[in-house]
Amino acid sequence: MAEAHPVGFQWVMEAKRRGAKIIHVDPRFTRTSAMADAFVPLRAGSDVAFLGGLINHVLSGEHYFRDYVVNYTNAPMIVGEEFVDTEDLDGLFSGFAEGGYDTTSWHYEGSRVNASAGERDRWDELFGEQGPEHPSGRETPTGGPERAGSGGPVYRGIPETDPTLNHPRCVFQILKRHFARYTPEFVEQACGVEPGRFREVAEALVANSGPERTSAFAYAVGWTHHTLGVQYIRAASILQLLLGNIGRPGGGILALRGHASIQGSTDIPTLFDLLPGYIPMPQAHRNLNLDTFVAADSAAKGYWGNMRSYLVSLLKAWWGEHATADNDFCFDRLPRLTGDHGNFRTVMDQIDGKVRGYFVIGENPAVGTANSHQQRMGLANLDWLVVRDLNMIETATFWKDGPEVENGETRPEDIGTEVFFLPAAAHTEKDGTFTNTQRMLQWHHKAVEPEHDQRSDLWFYYHLGMRIRSKLRERQGERTAEQRERDRQLLELTWDYPTEGEIVEPDAAAVLREINGTDAADTALTAYTQLRSDGSTRCGCWIYCGVYAEEVNQAARRKPGAEQSWTALEWGWAWPANRRIIYNRASADPEGNPWSARKAYVWWDPEQGCWTGHDVPDFDAGKPPDHEPDPEASGPEALRGSEPFVMQSDGRAWLYAPTGLLDGPLPAHYEPQESPLSNAFYGVQRNPARQVYPRPENPYHPSGTETGSAVFPYVFTTFRLTEHHTAGGMSRWLPHLSELAPAMFVELSPELAAERQLRHLGWATVITARAAIEARVLITQRMMPLRVGGTTLHQIGIPWHWGPNGLTTGDAANELLGVALDPNVHIMETKAGTCDVRPGRRPHGADLRRLIDDYRSRAGITERTGVDPVEGTPHPRSDADGHGEGRANDE
Amino acid sequence: MSPDTGNRLSGPLPDPSQEAGYPPEHPQRSGFFTDTSVCIGCKACEVACKEWNLLPEDGLNLTGMSYDNTGDLGADTWRHVAFVEQRIDPSTRSRVDIGMPGMGAPEPAPQQEAGDATEVRWLMSSDVCKHCTHAACLDVCPTGALFRSEHGTVVVQDDVCNGCGYCVPACPYGVIDMRPDTGGASKCTLCQDRLGEGMTPACAKACPTESIQYGPLDELRERAEQRVEQLHEQGVTEARLYGHDPRDGVGGDGAFFLLLDDPEVYGLPPDPVVTTRDLPAMAKYAAAAAGAVAATIAGCFLGGGR
Repeated sequence: MAEAHPVGFQWVMEAKRRGAKIIHVDPRFTRTSAMADAFVPLRAGSDVAFLGGLINHVLSGEHYFRDYVVNYTNAPMIVGEEFVDTEDLDGLFSGFAEGGYDTTSWHYEGSRVNASAGERDRWDELFGEQGPEHPSGRETPTGGPERAGSGGPVYRGIPETDPTLNHPRCVFQILKRHFARYTPEFVEQACGVEPGRFREVAEALVANSGPERTSAFAYAVGWTHHTLGVQYIRAASILQLLLGNIGRPGGGILALRGHASIQGSTDIPTLFDLLPGYIPMPQAHRNLNLDTFVAADSAAKGYWGNMRSYLVSLLKAWWGEHATADNDFCFDRLPRLTGDHGNFRTVMDQIDGKVRGYFVIGENPAVGTANSHQQRMGLANLDWLVVRDLNMIETATFWKDGPEVENGETRPEDIGTEVFFLPAAAHTEKDGTFTNTQRMLQWHHKAVEPEHDQRSDLWFYYHLGMRIRSKLRERQGERTAEQRERDRQLLELTWDYPTEGEIVEPDAAAVLREINGTDAADTALTAYTQLRSDGSTRCGCWIYCGVYAEEVNQAARRKPGAEQSWTALEWGWAWPANRRIIYNRASADPEGNPWSARKAYVWWDPEQGCWTGHDVPDFDAGKPPDHEPDPEASGPEALRGSEPFVMQSDGRAWLYAPTGLLDGPLPAHYEPQESPLSNAFYGVQRNPARQVYPRPENPYHPSGTETGSAVFPYVFTTFRLTEHHTAGGMSRWLPHLSELAPAMFVELSPELAAERQLRHLGWATVITARAAIEARVLITQRMMPLRVGGTTLHQIGIPWHWGPNGLTTGDAANELLGVALDPNVHIMETKAGTCDVRPGRRPHGADLRRLIDDYRSRAGITERTGVDPVEGTPHPRSDADGHGEGRANDE
Repeated sequence: MSPDTGNRLSGPLPDPSQEAGYPPEHPQRSGFFTDTSVCIGCKACEVACKEWNLLPEDGLNLTGMSYDNTGDLGADTWRHVAFVEQRIDPSTRSRVDIGMPGMGAPEPAPQQEAGDATEVRWLMSSDVCKHCTHAACLDVCPTGALFRSEHGTVVVQDDVCNGCGYCVPACPYGVIDMRPDTGGASKCTLCQDRLGEGMTPACAKACPTESIQYGPLDELRERAEQRVEQLHEQGVTEARLYGHDPRDGVGGDGAFFLLLDDPEVYGLPPDPVVTTRDLPAMAKYAAAAAGAVAATIAGCFLGGGR
C-alpha cells in the first residue's frame, strides 16, 4: 500500500501513530513491509490457504463474535441436503459437470434463490410462467455476479434457520467442517509461512476484534488478479464477518483502487455488462421489456426492490421528454448483450477478424495487458483504432516499432489498422470528480487550460456526439423509415450541456447535476429515496443521487477536519446518501445500542424514535430495531429492524453464497493456473471453473507433478513501484519520475542469484511459454526463499511499468503472462505464474522464437496443457469459443 | 545574543539571523525535522523539490543501491531519499551485518532454519541541506552569493555567484555543488520564495506521512524530543536525533533528523564540524608565525647593524 498508494498510506501511518498494529502479508518485502510491525512473506497465489487458516483459527478457537454472527450473517441458515462440500469430493463442490457448476444444490432448505438481475428476465423463457417460483438452476457462463449489481442475488421464501448454530447443515457448521482442514501446518505447506508466525497474526487479529475493537483489511490487485480472485475476497469477507468487523468504524475490507477514479469507473461504468449504479445491462432475447426486466426485483426484499425507479429515472435522464410510460421509457433503446464483449474476448475476436474498430482511452494494452503479444495481434487486425492518451504510447505505435516488427514477424506495410492518435488533457486541465475507494467523490478544479489539441474526455465524447447527431440529422432525408426510427436513439438523447471557453468545453458540473437527478420541476434531488418509477424524476446514476443536493456541488466541499466532526461528513460526498461507512446499522447491536462505547457509531434513539450517530445511518431512519415486517411487504419495507445489510435480499451478510458465484459457495484453495507445486489441500489442482483460452499465442505451463513442470521452476509475481504508474503512459515520459526508476529490472534473492549465476545490475532473461523478456538484476535480501512443501521455492518480482517507448524503456512484464481468468469477473491472473530465469540479455528475431520454442518443447507443451478443469477430465469450454468477459486491467 | 561568547564561527548560536544583521523583529528561525521512522520512501519530496525549483533531471542511472537511483545530493538534487537494506536480529534489533551502505550485491543469507530470528529492515531517509547554524559555505563565499536569510536559513543566489567553488569543499556534509549549465553553486534554499509567502517548502508540503516537518526550529526540536521518547517507549530504542544539538560541530542544524541507526548507515557524517571552526586559531598561529618571521628578519637586520 505504501508502494502503490502512498497518499492513502498516510492514514495507515496515522493509525500506527495512534497505536494500531500493522501486519503486512506479501510475497515481497516492500516499502509497506518496512513500515509494518510484522511482515509475513508468503508464496504468491496461496492467500486463500492463509485466510482459510485464519478462519479455521477463529472457528475452532471459538473466537467469533457470536451475537453479530447469529443476527447479521447467514450463519443460522440451513442448506439443502443435496449440498456436498469439497471435503467429500476432494476439491469439488456438488453440481460440477462439464467444466462448470450447476448451483441448484447449494441452496437453502425451504427457499428458492433466483438467478441474478440481468439474467432474471430470462425466466419466462427458461421456466415459463411460474418463473420466479422456480429455482434458478444452472448459472450460465456468460455472466457473473455483476448481474446482481451491487446487491446480492435474490431469493424468496423463508429459509429454515437454527439460531443455536448447531444444526449439522446450517451455514455455520458447514463453514466449520469446510475450513477444519486449514490448519497452521497446512498453511505452512501451501504458503511457506511457519506456524509460529501464522499464530502471531491470528492472535493479533482476534485480540483486536470484538465489541471493543475492530480490524481492517486493505488489499489491491495482489488479491484479485488470480484465477480465483473473487474467492480471495470472499475469504476475507467471511473472516471479517465472523469477527464482526464489517459496518463498524475501523473495520472493513478496503479495496485499494489502481487509478484515481477506478471506483467511479465502476459506479458509472466503463464495463460492458453494467449500466450506471450497478444496474445490469439487459440481455438480448424475445419478450424483453421493462416489466420483465425489473419483475424479479420488484417483489424482492431490500433496496434493489426499487430498481424500477432507478432504471426509469436513468432512462428519463438519457431521453428526457421522449421517454414516456407509453413507450416503456425508451427501454428498447438500451443496447442488449448478445454474449461476451469483455476485453479478452474482444481481442480474440479482433484476431479472428470479427471486430473492425476499437477505442483505447487511458489504457495501454500493447504493454499493459496480460499476454500483450495477443493484444497487439488484435490491434493489428482492425480497420481503425482510436488512441487517446497523454503520450505517444506503445498502443499507438505498435504498428511501426512493436516487438513483432522488431522481430521480423510482421512489417508495418502488412498492418491495415488505421490509427488515430488524439492527445488527451490531464486531470489538471479539466474539472471533474474523483471517486475514491471509500465511495467518496471529490471535485477537482481545472488549474490550467489544455494546450494545443489536448482535450478532456468530456469534450471528446460531447463533441463526438454532436458531430454524429449533426451528420445523422443532415441525412434524415435519405434514411429509410426503419433507419429513422433507429436514429431516434441518438437524436433524442438529452445532449444539451452548457459549454464554456474558447474550446467549447462542456460544463462538468452540469453533468454532475444530471447524474444527481432532478424532479419534475427541474430541481436537484436530495436522495435516491425520492426517485419514482412514473417518469417524474430523472437521475443519471441512482447511487450518486444527492451529490448535487440543494443545488450545491457537494463533492466540492472542503471544510477542514478541525472544523467538523471526526467523520468529516462535510468533506466531499460519499455515495450512497453521503454515508461514510456502508451497512453501519451493524455498528449497533440488534436492540439498536452500540456494541461498545468505544466503537459507538450509529444507534437507535428511542426518545426521538430514529436512528442517529456520527454518520448518516444506512437504514430507514424511523424503523425501530424490533420492527417485524408485514409478510406481504417487498422492497426495503420487507426488512426487519435488525437486518443491517439492506442491499441484500435477506438483510444479512453472506458467509456462504447459495448463489451468485460460479466457482463455489465457499472459498477453497486451488493452485494458480501455473504453479510449481501440487495442491496440498485437494486432489483438484486448479480452480475447476476458471476460464482458459488455449490458442497458439496463449499456451499454458504444466504445473505441480505434471510432466515438464520443472522447466519453469520459479514463481513470479508482477508489481508496481511508487515511481511509476501502471503501464507507464503517465510516468515513463516524465523526466522527474523516470530518473527515480530508470530501468526495467527484476528483483530476486541472493540465493536465487547464486543458483542461476545472476550478477547484481547485470542482465537476466525471464522466460515463459509466451515470451522471453530481459531486465536488469536487482539482488536483494528483501526477496526471501520460502520453504514450501518440503522444498525451497524462489520467487521473482517483476514490475510491469515498462515498454519500448518513453524516456525510460524496457521489456514489458505482460509479455510473459498467459490469459487465464477468474470465472466470476473474468480478471486475469497476473500475480502468480511460473517462469525460468537465466543470465544475459534475450535474443532477437528468429533466435527469440527459437528460445521460446525450445522451452515449449522441453516442457512438452501442447494446446491441451493446463486446460482441463479437473486433471484427466477434458474441458468442454476450453476451446477458442470459450466464454469469458475479460475486463480491462483495472490495476 | 552577546557577541562576546567567544568564537563566532562555531559553538551554540541562538539566533543566526540576528548575528547576520537582521533586526530583532525578523521571523523565527525555520527549519526541517525529518522523522525517518515514518518515511515510506515515496520520493515525493524529490519530485516536488525539482518541480518547484525547476531543477533538471540529472541522469537515468540504475545504481543498484536498493531503490535509490538518485545517489546523493547535488546541484540538481536538493532532496535525496536513501534506502538501506539490512538484516537484523529482531530480539536485539541490532544489525547482523556491518551497517555500512553497500554498493554491490548482498550475499546469500547464512544457512537458516525455518523461523530463524533474522529479519529484514529497510531504512528510508530523505536527506537535504542542513542549513547549519555555522555554515562554512557561507563563511567562505567571497561574493556574498551565499547569505543567511531572515528565516535563519542559508541561501545561494545564482546571479551573484561567480563560480569560484570554494563552498563545495567547505561543506562538511557534501551538499552544495556546482551546476554545469549555469556554472553557479546550487543547493536547497528551503524554498525561500515560498517562505516569503507564508507557504510550506515544497518537499514538506508533498510528504504524505509527515516525515518531513517544517516549522520554527525551537518547536521542531521539542517535537523531535517527544517523538524519540515515544519511540523509546514503544521499544524502538535505536531511535536517536541527528543534527539537533546546538553544541555539535556546526552549532546545530536547521534541518535535523530522527534516525534509526548510526548516521554513517544513511551516508551522513557521524560528527560533522564546520570547516571554518579552526580559522581563528589558525589565524592566531599564522599571526604568531608571521610575527616570528618578522622578528627573525628584523633580528637579522638588527644583528647586522653592528
